[in-house]
Formats: sequence, structure tokens, C-alpha cells
Amino acid sequence: MKPAAFDYHRPTDVVAALALLDAHGADGKVLAGGQSLVAAMNFRLARPGVLIDVNRIAELDYLRVEGGHLRVGALTRHAAFHRPVVDGPLGTLLSRVVEHVAHYPIRQRGTFAGSLAHADPASEWCLTATVLDAEISVRSLRGARSIPASAFFKGTFTTALEPDELITEIRLPLLDAGWRGGFSEFSRRAGDFALAMALAVLRVESGVIRAARLGIGGVADRAIRLHAVEAALVGREATESIFRAAGAEASRAVEPSADIHASSEYRRDLIAAMVARALAEAAA
Amino acid sequence: MNWIGRSLPRLEDPTLLRGHGHYVADLAQDAAHIRFVRSPVARGRILGIEAPEGVTVYTAADLSDVGQIRPVLERPDYVAVGQPVLPSDRVCFAGQAVAFVVADEAAAAEDLAEQIFLDIEPEEPVVDLDAALRPDAVPTHPEAPGNVLVEGRMRTSGLDAAFAGAAAVVELDLRSRRQSAMPMETRGGVARYDQRDRRTTLHASVQMPHMLRTGLADLLGCPEADLRVIAPDVGGGFGQKMSLFPEYVALVWLARHLKRDVAWIEDRRENFLASAHSRDQAFTVRGAFDAQGRLLGLEADLRSNVGAFSCYPVTCGVEPLMAFAELPGPYKVLEYGARSRGVTTNTCTMAPYRGVARPMLTLTMERLMEDAARRLGLDPIEIRRRNLIDSFPHRSPTGLVYDAGSYIAAMEAAVAAVDLPAFRRRQAEALTQGRYLGLGISVFSERTGYGTPAYAARGMAIVPGYEQVDCALDPSGHLELRIGASPHGQGLATALAQLVADELGVVPSQVRVISGDTDRTPYGWGTFASRSMVIAGGASKLASAKVAAKLRAVAACLMEATEAEIDLEGGLARVRGTNRSTPIREIARAAHHRSHLFSDLEGGLRQTAFYDPFGTFSNACHVAEVEVDVDTGGVRIERFLVVEDAGRLINPMIVDGQIHGGVAQGIANALYEEMIYDPDGNLLTASLADYLPPTINEIPKIEIIHMETISDATLTGAKGVGEGGTIGAPAAIVNAIVDALAPFGVAINETPATPERIRAAIRSARENRHE
Amino acid sequence: MNDRLAITLNVNGQSYPVTVEPRKSLADALREDCGLTGTHLGCEHGVCGACTVIVDGRPVRSCLMFAVQAEGLAVCTVEGLAEGEALHPLQRHFWEQHGLQCGFCTPGFLMLAAGAFEADPTIDEAEMIDVLSSNLCRCTGYQNIAKAVSLALQDMRAGV
Repeated sequence: MKPAAFDYHRPTDVVAALALLDAHGADGKVLAGGQSLVAAMNFRLARPGVLIDVNRIAELDYLRVEGGHLRVGALTRHAAFHRPVVDGPLGTLLSRVVEHVAHYPIRQRGTFAGSLAHADPASEWCLTATVLDAEISVRSLRGARSIPASAFFKGTFTTALEPDELITEIRLPLLDAGWRGGFSEFSRRAGDFALAMALAVLRVESGVIRAARLGIGGVADRAIRLHAVEAALVGREATESIFRAAGAEASRAVEPSADIHASSEYRRDLIAAMVARALAEAAA
Repeated sequence: MNWIGRSLPRLEDPTLLRGHGHYVADLAQDAAHIRFVRSPVARGRILGIEAPEGVTVYTAADLSDVGQIRPVLERPDYVAVGQPVLPSDRVCFAGQAVAFVVADEAAAAEDLAEQIFLDIEPEEPVVDLDAALRPDAVPTHPEAPGNVLVEGRMRTSGLDAAFAGAAAVVELDLRSRRQSAMPMETRGGVARYDQRDRRTTLHASVQMPHMLRTGLADLLGCPEADLRVIAPDVGGGFGQKMSLFPEYVALVWLARHLKRDVAWIEDRRENFLASAHSRDQAFTVRGAFDAQGRLLGLEADLRSNVGAFSCYPVTCGVEPLMAFAELPGPYKVLEYGARSRGVTTNTCTMAPYRGVARPMLTLTMERLMEDAARRLGLDPIEIRRRNLIDSFPHRSPTGLVYDAGSYIAAMEAAVAAVDLPAFRRRQAEALTQGRYLGLGISVFSERTGYGTPAYAARGMAIVPGYEQVDCALDPSGHLELRIGASPHGQGLATALAQLVADELGVVPSQVRVISGDTDRTPYGWGTFASRSMVIAGGASKLASAKVAAKLRAVAACLMEATEAEIDLEGGLARVRGTNRSTPIREIARAAHHRSHLFSDLEGGLRQTAFYDPFGTFSNACHVAEVEVDVDTGGVRIERFLVVEDAGRLINPMIVDGQIHGGVAQGIANALYEEMIYDPDGNLLTASLADYLPPTINEIPKIEIIHMETISDATLTGAKGVGEGGTIGAPAAIVNAIVDALAPFGVAINETPATPERIRAAIRSARENRHE
Repeated sequence: MNDRLAITLNVNGQSYPVTVEPRKSLADALREDCGLTGTHLGCEHGVCGACTVIVDGRPVRSCLMFAVQAEGLAVCTVEGLAEGEALHPLQRHFWEQHGLQCGFCTPGFLMLAAGAFEADPTIDEAEMIDVLSSNLCRCTGYQNIAKAVSLALQDMRAGV
């Protein structure tokens, strides 16, 4: 199982990478962590003619807090989130989520930005970006733009990214101390793709939900933000029965996908359970 | 010094731990690489095979002198089907090799293979087991119009009366979904042609090197002497590496044809598609019980999907006929009727996989006992107590003879160890918090170490079973043991070294075991069917005892004593009751170099022994405790206990390792692994993203208690233990899930019991209740 | 397209000048071009972990990395684990605890655990078990792997 042949380039700055992307168009492919891409290439399901390896572009390798955001440079590996990267609920939540991102050696190579660019429907980071209203900075020789997560994901393995564009940074808004996150995922084995998962962020004051963000992943062609369920939660008491009701509502809000691991009907059950559990964790 | 019974760290390991093992892919340096072009459809007519100009593609036409793989059972109910190395007219399963190309490197061979166009007119395949049995089903092979390749039938005379007089009749439909043995190392071979002697050496990742040589020679039409088969370090087999596969025939043919070295290293996708599958079985059974819970009669319809062809040499009878002969398991079944069919379909061929049919038949009997207990209001332990074999030798209705075992005692020990009453209290307490705990047990027998009579009874034209061992002490006092068995991870070299070290009074590190090379070992059957410790062990004991006798004779001459006075221990030959002794190495040297002194003895210290036992039954009881998440259907195994009776333990650490690994594969069978075909016969689980062997997170700590019934059915006292873990675990786990879900009244009779299946059962139970 | 590139791989402290196609995986280059066949390939799609090696102090799948990407990085394979005759604590405990049977997955497990410890010497036992869930073993049922790694972890912490 060896990949088809390709040409290899390893630029050391962003401009050089953009020039290569510009020159090769759809035949060029960015190689970051490569943990999904190379596997697909080994199966010959992906066969780019040109690989542009961005791993040596030092200017993309950073992770810092600035201007109310966590700024995640495009070379930030999943493993960077093993320990909280920022004080407060955001760092805690990200370190909670990263436990579910594949396995340890994959997390050493795979990148946060690469996950977003790959847009696997079962990606934990795509769900995180969707629920936390991430902003994705992209560049090409034509210029730079910032895409909100809500407009970035277009479907399975499909994004708003143009062939000549490179993700340079993801910005996640910081969460102040009043927020709490919760995450729940069901997969067949530890580290497997999620059959369903839910991410919730709540502001609970005196037992009452004041603000809520909620999304589910692994159940459709992209992560789904549940705005109506969020709205219904605000003003309600943070109780088990409210969370179960929200789970039931969430499971009715989507037409879940089906595959050999889970039927649509089964995914509905899982959505209900995952949403209730993520909410309960966020309220605990 | 007694080496038997000690947990000696394995002699095999330092090499492997340093990364210096030689697995077959490590031997492929400088060889050209073969890539097979495989059928994209499950069934179809080959209209043509097209290659671009300049690309050489090998097809059936090139192999016209090569025979078909066509194993035979000498039974009237068996239909032999031939498997061409490459098909000329029709393909029978998706992934079947149709042609091959060769290039200097594996990647380049893949590039070429992509350019080969197989023009195949697809036909509607038959994929599902029961669909293949429908009267209107398309035959997979014209020779077998009803798709049945083998059918065992029997019925004892009192069966109808047993059912007529039953207090309760329990009926069950059980389904075991298809699995892959999935060794970590895929199949592979490197064939080297030697210009000097015109012989071809095949290094291959196999369990039966001698049998492979026979099969290759027969198909290629050459003397076996022209071929040498070597199994180097083998990265696991579990049955998948027993059979003669077309790929090896093609590889050796090509090496002889091109007169150069060629390699085939299978990739994981090919391994899933085209090596061998197992356990695709459906059983329908009825048990007749009297009011005391005694099993009066058992009637079964057993169906096994054997895939497209019949595996060589054991044939497609291996699963159906094992199920047929051994369904009663550890229970006294007075009257028995069974029909067992091997059903051919357009899917990957079935071959033995660790446990062969017994995981499913154990699940069947253990579900039957549980259901009968519930129906009759009996304690599930008590109903087993009343039915388990308790006098020996026991003769089953199918004629199997069980040697001494500890069926009831092992169960009692297991139940005591888990403290059943305490569990029931915890279970009740948990239920009040909405948590569903369950406990399941499984009692079973494991027929092991059987020689030719067992295979002959199955009607096999090629009858495996015996082993020969060649044992020689060299002049420096080191021992060489050449065995026909072919271990591939079991630690047999260490265990045999311990065994013969005790016979000869040497240390195990002085024993070198040579295996897996047809040029250097006596003809033998390899390693499978929990046989090697029993049979190769028995032969080793006999051969080393012969060498020891000769050593005593020489020592007696040298020390002017009688043979009966000589003890071999601690590297010395001692004259009992005196302080006279001579190092064994000096005796060995004398036996070789001063043989003129022992005129009535033959020179040298080399002896051969042969062993062909009837077989022996190990037994065990497994207990699983689980928690079921009723919202997701997820199962967590909280505790797993094994009480194992495999007779005498030669190396307890190795025995425990076999149990651990076996149970892990049983857990895989119970909860995780499933080969799924779509209705068109495309395999949907051809990667490790979709086929799900458990990781360390899914396997609980496995507790083991040993019992040691020493039966006279084996020379060493050791019984086989390779498969038991795999056989017993699924039933224990499924019973535990059913116990956990008792509040819903849910029955699970299908493996793997996936979260989706469990959740569906709960959902339908809830819906039924609301109706 | 697909010109072979001349690169130098630094493996176990030794330099290996090799000429490889860009598409050659690090695993294949180690095995075929450096002659280090202790790194095994079990799936070539990043799941089984048999090919795990340490690159710049972190365990990675060498089937999901191209050899050209390892240029200038420090690669450590199972052949570099022991110091001469002295086995690494992981190797020693795998031996004593019967943490291997067929041995095919073993180099991957050794490098996974060694790499995780190298990346974070404060790693605790529970975290280590989660790390071990990255790789597949078909023989041992993982019992003795867990035992061996836990004992080795104590030794590695103590610097034995």
C-alpha cells in the first residue's frame, strides 16, 4: 500500500508556500501533520501531484493569547493541548477535548489547522471551532481573509478554502471564568472516530442557565450548531431533566447520517445521550 | 533442578526485543515485488485482461500447467470445488487475485497494477448465509446447485421421545458474524531461486511449512525436493496462516519462471479482502429439558458460511463439522440430532480461526442453559451442575471420548472466586441508581492435542496429526531439537527446552529448538489446533528420553556402574548413592569421539521419536462482569475471571499469556469485530478504521486460577491451551449483558453484541412494553 | 515528477545517506535503505502502530511520514534502544513479564512507551495506559504489556 508518486516541496516561509500553491493549483496539496492525508494517499484514495510540506515554516508555529483570543498558529500540533494552554475554562475544555482526538502518536504530528482544513465530519476540532465561533485566517498570493467557522465548513471534507489558500491561524475567543465547558463523545473504542459527540459551554448563575452554546458532531456532513436548543436552555434551571429534554430536542433537530458503525436511528439515541451528558458536565 | 513448572522468561525474546527478528518482509531485500490485480466484483465473467503496451501481466494463461487447489474430504456429502491459482473465466469473490505484475519495488508494482484493466461482466452474487440456502439462490459453483459443500447429519434413536417427554423445550436462534483472525503481520513470501541446484526456497509467513511444500509441489508438478519452505519469525497466525493460498503458488511459479528472487508482501487491505475469514455462522437449536433441568435431548440446525472456496488442507468442513461433532461441549447430552451445512457464497474463503466453531457452540450451549434455568425457575449454576460431565472417560453422542477433567469443580471455583452473592447485592444497589450491572458465566471444553484419528474421522484425504522430533546431543553437550511443529509466537522453543532439560539434566539455554524449515526438520504438521505442547511436546519427551537412556548407557560404561544407577541432573551424570559423577558434556564427547569404547552401542547421540495421540480435553469456566450503558448500548467489562484446567503447566507464564491473548480475541468476538459485506459482495471493512480489534483500553485485567487435572491422555500431562480463551469469553460476556439487561427482558443472541444491537434491543423492549 | 532525492537520515545517532523517492515512507526508508528492519509495518494507514519510532523526541507513526520529511531530524528506532548488551528497561521488563508473543508489534510498543516518557518524564501510569491504547497487539491481550511498561516506568523515573 504505497502512495502514487508526487513532487515534494518544503518551503520555509509562508510567501514561498503561497507561491507554490498558486503555481500548482488543485494539483498541489498542503502537507501539515499528514495524519489523515498520508493514510488516504497510502490507499491511493488521495493522489496529489505536488505536496507542499509546511512543517518547516517557523512563523506558523506558535500558540499565544492576544486581544481576547487564543491564537493558534497553523503548525500547532494536537498534543500542544494535552495540558491547558490558557488559564480558565477554554484551556480546560481544549485539554478535555484533545483526549478524544485520535491517539497519542497521531496527536504528536497532526495539527489543529489541518483538522479544520480536512473537515472530517467526526473531527473534534471542527466541532470545537463551530461551537466556540472560531475565526480562521487564510492567505493566498491574492491576499488574506478571515472566515468565521459558521461559513468555513461546507460538507464532508469540503471547506470554504480555495485551492491557492493556506490556513495560517485559528482564533478562539477566550472564555471568562463564568463559563464552563462540557464534552461527551461516543466511539466504539478509545480514539476511534466519534459516532456522535456534543460540546456544550454554559454560563450558569444561581442554578439558572444564563447563556449557552451547544453543538454536535459525527452525525452529519459537518458539525452542527444547535441554536434553537441553546435558546431554549437560556433561563432554565440547570437540572438533569432539562438536559435530557435538550438531548431529546437535539436528536429531533437533525437527520443523522448512517454508516456501517451506526444507523441514523442509533445516532439519534446517541445524540440525545451525548447532548445531555455534555450539558451536565458543563453545569457541574 | 526441575525446569517444568517454572515461569522461565522466553529464550526467543532477546532477539525480538532488539528488533533483530527476521519476519518475511525483512528478507525481501533485493527481490522483485509481485502485485496482484484483484477482482473488484464479487461474481462475474472475465471477458478480458488488458495491459498497456510494455507492461507484462501474468494471467491464468501463463499458469496453464499449474494445478488447482482442490482439497478433499472422503465423505459422500462433500462436494469438492477447485480453486484456480488465477481464474480464467469467472471470479468468485471481491478481492480474488486475477492477474499479477512484477516490478523492482513494491510501489512501482502498484503503479503497474493500477494500469491493468480487468474486463469483468458482473453477475449477481450470493453473499448472505441464509440467502444462499434459499431454493432460488444462484449457485456459487455449478458443482453445488444448493450451495452446500458439506453436510453432516445424525440423529440418535431416542431424540423424538426425549422431546415428547420434556418438561420444557427451549429454542434459540443464534448468529455469529464474520471475523478475521487478523494477525499483526500480514501474509507474505519471498521466493528465491538458486541457479546452482535449481531449487526454490520460499520464506513465508505460515503455520504449516511442510504441508505448504507438499501443496506447492503437487500444484507445480515438481518433486518436493526441488522446494524448501522456511517459516521465519511469524507475526501471529491464529489459523489464518495454515492454508495453501494461490498467492504462494504464483510466487514460487514466478521465481522458477524468471529464475530470480521475487517477493509478495501482502498489505492490510489485501489481508482483509482475500486471506481468510471465519465464524460466519447461524445456529438454530432446541433443547429438551426435564423438570429437574436435565438436558434430555438436543436438536440443531447448524449453518456455516464457508465463502467462495474450500481451504487446503483442512477443507471447508472445518467449521461445520467441528460444530456438528462438538456442540454438546461439556454437557451430558443423552439424545442428539444435528444437521450441519457448509454453505458456499461469493465471499472470502473461510479458514480455521482460533477456536474454530467452538466460540459459537459454547455461546449456544451457555445461552441454552441460561434460558432453560429461567424457564424452569432454576439457579443457572445449579442447572449446569446437573448437566456437566462428571464421570470419565465420558463418551459424547457423537463418539468423542473425554478424558479426565474438572468441569464442575472449575465452575464451583469460579463462582466462589467472584463471590456471587456479593455481586447480586452490588447489582441491586446499582440498579437503584440507574446503572445496569451483569454477570455471566461460561463453562466449556476444549478438545486439544488430537492426532490422526480425529482428522481421519472427519474424512480428510490428507490426515494431519502426528509429530516427529529429532533430538541430538552434540559433542559439546548442547542439545538440538528438530521439530515438525512450527511455532509463531507461542514460546514453544522455551517450553520444549524446559521439558527436555528435565529429561537430560541440562539447562534450557543449552537446548536449541529448530523449527519451520523443511530442509532441517522432520516432516510434521505445524502449529495449530492447540496441539504443539501436547504432540510435539510428547514426541520431544520420547526422543529426549531415548537420548537420555543412551547417555546413561555411555555414562555407566565410563563410570563402571549400571545404567539404572545413573541420574542425569545439574549437567552431570551421577552414580546414585556415591559421589562419583561426570559432566554430561564429557559423556557427550565420549559418545561421539570414543565410540569404539562402547562397542555394543551405536555411535552418536541422535534419536527420533514419533507421537500420535488420540487427544485430550482441557476445560475451563469464564466469568465476566459488565456494566451496560443503556443510553448508548456501550458495554464496559469490569471484571474477567478464568478458571482453567489445562493439565500440567510446563511454563505457567506462557500458559497465562495464551489465556490472556485468547480472552482478548474472545472479547473482540463478543463486542467489536465484524467483517461486513454489502449486498453486492463488496467488503465494507477493509481497513483498520472499520474493522475494530480491541486496544488495551477495551481489555480488562484478566484473573486466572489454575486447576491441574493430570490425565493419562497425554505423555507430558500438559493439555492444550491455545484456543480456550477465545472459545469461552464470548458466551460469558453475552450472558453478562443479558443479565444486566434483565430488567428489560432483553435477549442477545448475536455476536458481536455491538452498542447499536444492544441499544436496538433495549429500544424494542421498551416499545413493546408501551404497546 | 518523482525524482529521487538524496538526503541524509540521522537514525540512532548514525548518519545514513539515502536516495529516495519523495513518496517513500520513513518506515520503508528505515527498513530498505538503512537496513533497520526492526520497525515493522502492520497496516500502513496509521492505526496499528507497529511502525512507531521516535522523531525529535516524540513517538510518531513512520508509515504516515515521508522519509524526506525526516531530513535533519533525529530518528530513534528499536535498534537504538539497548545500550550494547544492556537492554533498555522497557525491553528488560517486556522480557521478564512476557510482554510479547509473536513479537511483531513489540518494537512499536517499545518505541511508543519510550517516546512518551521522553516527551514527558512526569507521565503517570494512567496516562501511559492511554498512550498504549494507540497500538494494537493481537497476541498478549495487553496484560503483560501493561505490567512491563508500569515496571519500566518506575525504573526509568529512578534512572535505573
